[in-house]
Amino acid sequence: MPDVSFLFLQALNGLASASSLFLIAAGLTIVFGVTRIVNFAHGSFYMLGAYFGVTLIPRLLEASSTFPAFLVGVLAAAVAVGAIGVAMELVLLRRIYAVPELFQLLATFGVVLAVEDLVLKIWGPLDLLGPRAPGLRGAVDILGHRFPAYELFLIGVGPLVLALLWLIMYRTRFGVLVRAATQDREMVGALGVNQALLFTGTLFLGALLAGLAGALQTPKLAANPNMDISVIAEAFVVTVVGGMGSVSGAFVAAVLIAELQAFGILIFPKITLVLVFLLMALVLVVRPWGLMGRPEAGPARARLPEGIVRLERLSRAGTVALVPLGLLLTSLPLLGDGYTIKLVIEVLCFALAAFSLNFLIGVGGIVSFGHAAYFGLGAYAAGLMVTRLGVAMEPALIAAPVVAGLGAALFGFFVVRLSGIYLAMLTLAFAQIVYAVAFQWVELTGGDNGVVGVWPSRWAAGRASYYYLVLAVSAIIIVLLRRGIYAPFGYTLRAARDSSPRADAIGIDVRAHRWLAFAVAGAAAGLAGGLFAFAKGSIDPTLISIPMSIDFLVMTLLGGVETIAGPLVGAAAFHSIRDVLMPLTDHWRLLLGLAIIAIVLAMPRGLVGGALVLRARLGGGRGALKARAQLGRGAGP
Amino acid sequence: MHLKLASGRSALAAMLAAGIGAAAAGLACAPAMAQGGVKVGELNSYSRFAAFAVPYRNGMQLAQEEINAKGGVSGGKLEIIFRDDGATPSDAVRVAEELLTRENVAFLAGTFLSNVGLAVADFANQKRTLFIATEPLTDAITMAAGNRYTFRIRPSTYMQTKMLVEAVKGKGVKKWAIVAPNYEYGQSAAANFRKLIKAATPDAEIVGEQFPALGKIDAGATVAALENLKPDGIFNVLFGADLTTFVREGNTRGLFEKRIVASLLTGEPEYLLPLGEEVPEGWIVTGYPWDQISEPAHKAFVDAYRAKFNDTPRLGSFLGYTVGYMMRDLIAKAGSTDTEKLLATLQDFKFASLAGPLTIRALDHQSTMGAWVGETTRAGKVGSMKNWQYEDGAKYLVPEAEVRAARKE
Repeated sequence: MPDVSFLFLQALNGLASASSLFLIAAGLTIVFGVTRIVNFAHGSFYMLGAYFGVTLIPRLLEASSTFPAFLVGVLAAAVAVGAIGVAMELVLLRRIYAVPELFQLLATFGVVLAVEDLVLKIWGPLDLLGPRAPGLRGAVDILGHRFPAYELFLIGVGPLVLALLWLIMYRTRFGVLVRAATQDREMVGALGVNQALLFTGTLFLGALLAGLAGALQTPKLAANPNMDISVIAEAFVVTVVGGMGSVSGAFVAAVLIAELQAFGILIFPKITLVLVFLLMALVLVVRPWGLMGRPEAGPARARLPEGIVRLERLSRAGTVALVPLGLLLTSLPLLGDGYTIKLVIEVLCFALAAFSLNFLIGVGGIVSFGHAAYFGLGAYAAGLMVTRLGVAMEPALIAAPVVAGLGAALFGFFVVRLSGIYLAMLTLAFAQIVYAVAFQWVELTGGDNGVVGVWPSRWAAGRASYYYLVLAVSAIIIVLLRRGIYAPFGYTLRAARDSSPRADAIGIDVRAHRWLAFAVAGAAAGLAGGLFAFAKGSIDPTLISIPMSIDFLVMTLLGGVETIAGPLVGAAAFHSIRDVLMPLTDHWRLLLGLAIIAIVLAMPRGLVGGALVLRARLGGGRGALKARAQLGRGAGP
Repeated sequence: MHLKLASGRSALAAMLAAGIGAAAAGLACAPAMAQGGVKVGELNSYSRFAAFAVPYRNGMQLAQEEINAKGGVSGGKLEIIFRDDGATPSDAVRVAEELLTRENVAFLAGTFLSNVGLAVADFANQKRTLFIATEPLTDAITMAAGNRYTFRIRPSTYMQTKMLVEAVKGKGVKKWAIVAPNYEYGQSAAANFRKLIKAATPDAEIVGEQFPALGKIDAGATVAALENLKPDGIFNVLFGADLTTFVREGNTRGLFEKRIVASLLTGEPEYLLPLGEEVPEGWIVTGYPWDQISEPAHKAFVDAYRAKFNDTPRLGSFLGYTVGYMMRDLIAKAGSTDTEKLLATLQDFKFASLAGPLTIRALDHQSTMGAWVGETTRAGKVGSMKNWQYEDGAKYLVPEAEVRAARKE
């Protein structure tokens, strides 16, 4: 039985972690509240804060080894990161506010990749531990335990920053505008507020807070090139549990999560992987807008549709264009070498998964951040059946979509009750839960080592034979899903996406349709996962991980969510670009990030959307204007 | 309405272009053949785990340069194609395929993460190609998941844990606490330790365990939880950023005072360097005291490395250098790059290294490379090792009966 003094100390430990979590989450929640940008680069800001900190602080301490000098270093690092946030807003985000919000996510993801490699290039791969803070180097005796003085300081910083933010939010004009924009952005714009300035200011504040959090960590945590990834998911969890846009909610959530973590590890030492996501899933199921968030004002008004707006029949020219593509794909084993075939097999699997994702995003308006869960469920179902039960490939490939579809139906039941970012985060939470199960149920899944020996049946073992199998299956499913988009089912989903109350009013069971769509898309992703497992010969948790989900999202966005073929082109482009860049340099992530940023800037609607605009422009005249108008947000149907 | 927005047409045209591009790229890359000499494919996480993998590649490039200056191998140059493995199994398997089909390499080597190593091992098994797993530590790669085509160079988790257990068994520690990252390496090190410490000192008990998520340790809470267990000894498996955080927190809170700490890998420069002045005194660790090894051959290696890269060698450098020469000796002895000949040569293959002669045990394809076991110490702001000695891996191999029970072949 642990004694009371230890429990008290553990509570203090929790509070110290809570302060750090809160600082990161506060910036994220403010930026999201105002700009609606899902800012993946927030983790990069935090990392940059730490790196600026370990660079600046030791220099200042050399001049004067005092606590104020330390604080100056921390604040300077924070301001520098704030400036980078402003630069990102001015150079990148400002140019793409007019396109669907999701594309901004793609741009910030490009920034994440680029910053990760730049940090590696500038500061080198070794972890850099900052100096201890002067005056707070040692420990304080609390109830017979030693507690680091610096962490007592951190416990104070959290509430202090909360108070400062409160003052900004409730006592300055900027704060009033931030709160107003968080509640109803269109209204703020309509009232003539300079949105550009407001957005720049918000990005500055958000990045500054992330930089502050990073710099304050340096006496505790070594700056390292992976700290962006390790923090961003948890930062999102805190903001969502607290309620997006709510600073005090973020504080409450940070304390809740950190304390749960501090005490949770005493009872279940292995729960570290999944605890926060379990909590988020629970909170979102019970309170769909987080602990202190508010329902969005949006649904009350008719929303501008995002996603596939118009459906056109395949024209004769389109059909004709399909012929050479079909010929090329079917004769690929004769034309390409073994590696090309392998690469195209992977592209086909990803294309199917991305297509199924856009079935949710583009048609249903259901933005899933956890699509890899179903891809992975399919891969695991197929892989485990073959290796553990000794079943042949064929039934395993049938089981893959069934298991993934059932999983999607189970999770989807809860998911489709939500909307917007909360829905997205719930899908992420479920994906992380699946990931944790695959990771920790070592006896069944082989843990993070995964399971090897997932190879196709003899008849399909040849590279060409397996290629034809994948080509046939993915083509059939893609055609069927496309059929679904053109069927009344697809129209119904789009109606529900554009205005759920109106769809409801004309007698559509919105929830049931969305639920069915979620299960269908999950099953298709599961099939893609099964095909992928047999192409790779192994399964492991990276197939279910957050980076995999993000990859699917990036493929879909890169191609364009407003078009049917977008995700297919996006999958081919993303995978090909990565394949070309990876052997070139160790810094391929930098190049990939820059490529994504360049594509976002040049074609803010994705490759296919961009191609359409370009063609319309070349076509000139009225057509061009019409095309832009139709793609633009200003044109409702 | 002559615009076909959101229709398949132009989208399909774009797809077509992409497809043609991919095919053209495929046709343009005719397999490049090495004229004389041998081409080897080396894949590793040069980007994601640069702190380890870049010094490793440096060491291997140094060996490659020396070998080629001394006449190369089989009448030509030893050519090593280095590729990033993306640090995920699916990327690595694709890269391995590219090395085999486009670059026509004779065999594969490398990988860092255990799951990546296992996936490439199985791929090699499927393709009937030799794979020299240089770095992955997982026991599985030479045990349950071992195969005919895969050989591992570094001492496994089991071997290094056993070295530490041998080093601490006379220290009179009764109550042990374990802290390990929550993934396969951490879990299997903890499981090995539990088993081996009981066998070495029957009255020892494990009073508790902590498994922080890899890269996300909540150091304050973890240190406090460990301290609350009041152990006499701590077995640590943390490394990298988790380790630095954990050590600073533990130092401040006095967790390590009057306790024996046994710590895997902490003596390696990769992990010792970032600790700086936090390096704790007297931890019993496996590592690499590169600055104190006095054999002339090793000194020459250190000098050459420092001259070429303007940096001090890491354990990875030593490993890469060793494997570079091992590959040359292997090819020379086999007299061919035919996979079957290479495999036959590798049975109980003996080769030289800076740490003395090594053997690859035929039973489980594990090399007898050992590790330096000693205590951590600090001089100024730099950590190093003291009271160390090189432990020959041959003494710590998994018992033959256990290997036979685990390997499926």
